[in-house]
Amino acid sequence: MSDEHEIKITCYDDLQPAPVTMGKSLVFKTGSWRTMKPKIDLEKCKKCGFCWKFCPDMSIYEVDEYPVIDYDYCKGCGICANECPFDAITMLEEDLE
Amino acid sequence: MKHTIPQEEYMERGHMACLGCGGAHAMRYLLKGLGEKTIIALPACCWAVIPGVYPYSCMDIPLQYVAFEVTGAAISGIEAALKAKGKKDGTTVVGWAGDGGTADIGIQALSGAVERGHDVKYVCYDNEAYMNTGIQRSSATPRGAWTTTTPVGSTKAWKQTPKKNIVEIMVAHEIPYTCTASVAYPEDIIRKAVKMKEIEGPCYMQILAPCPTGWKYPPEKTIEIARLATETCIFPIYEVTDGKYKINKRIRDDKKKNIIDYFRTQGRFRKLDETTIQQIQSSVDAEWELLKKKEKCFGEEI
Repeated sequence: MSDEHEIKITCYDDLQPAPVTMGKSLVFKTGSWRTMKPKIDLEKCKKCGFCWKFCPDMSIYEVDEYPVIDYDYCKGCGICANECPFDAITMLEEDLE
Repeated sequence: MKHTIPQEEYMERGHMACLGCGGAHAMRYLLKGLGEKTIIALPACCWAVIPGVYPYSCMDIPLQYVAFEVTGAAISGIEAALKAKGKKDGTTVVGWAGDGGTADIGIQALSGAVERGHDVKYVCYDNEAYMNTGIQRSSATPRGAWTTTTPVGSTKAWKQTPKKNIVEIMVAHEIPYTCTASVAYPEDIIRKAVKMKEIEGPCYMQILAPCPTGWKYPPEKTIEIARLATETCIFPIYEVTDGKYKINKRIRDDKKKNIIDYFRTQGRFRKLDETTIQQIQSSVDAEWELLKKKEKCFGEEI
């Protein structure tokens, strides 16, 4: 075990609240689970924000008022494509190359 | 982009929920309403797995893992400790359990906690079976559903008894605020979470969180099925404030959908026969009429 993983606690006051001591789950790139990949057609997009609102993985963010998918974390569940009222999102097969 | 719900996220990407998990939606919306000054106690449930492996966590707020049956006791203790230390001010203590940890295993601790009148909020995300351990039946599983302990097969041994109405049990405790919500209506969950935060005293919320794995449907249908559950009145959205009923999602009689539309979307109801569907339909209709009468009799005066 290397030194950086060693936990040194002298008294309980040294314990920090969980968000400080704990690492973020960002290390888990859940995008590797994906079999179907969502793709946004920005010409059809009316910026309603439904895809952002209903994403369970928080992997849709906003760039210049338009939604952009974070493929590092998107698990490809397809809720965004199903909920989009303008059919601007299509699910394509994941390119394995 | 239009934002109908707050933009702050208190949950990070990279969590371990299945594809299209309704529980992940439920937690995301609840935290948007409650804000960062929140402490959550979790018993064994899907959410004991979702935050990730130690020392990583997807949550920006403190979590306390507790034993299965003690969620109510744990949140009472956290609230009492905060008060004793003089740090309660503005902090919301939340118990977050699945339907099994609420309706079966955790019910006596929950009942005790709300009866003692602690300032705690209890949220049950209702996926209608013990999904984390492999889809065993709970008392909140609806009638007619397939689970691994009510296998349908040729014997047609689906769940015979109706879903336990935990919301009415909590209303009977005469607590300040009880409500149901659904992941299909995020604005409604956030409004209710803000309301719970402001109320001093025990509150109970039940969120319908469809589970693609256990309900046997493709993951993209989560929101659609949750919406259908409300439109068919099998899971009505209402709130009870100080004994006054209010239906939040009013379904007009001509817009009310048949229960078969809801059942056809899910594999767990696939083998139900016509007679049982008719019996379930009539009991759903009766419950909906009863709820409307309760709103009329015990609702706010118009």
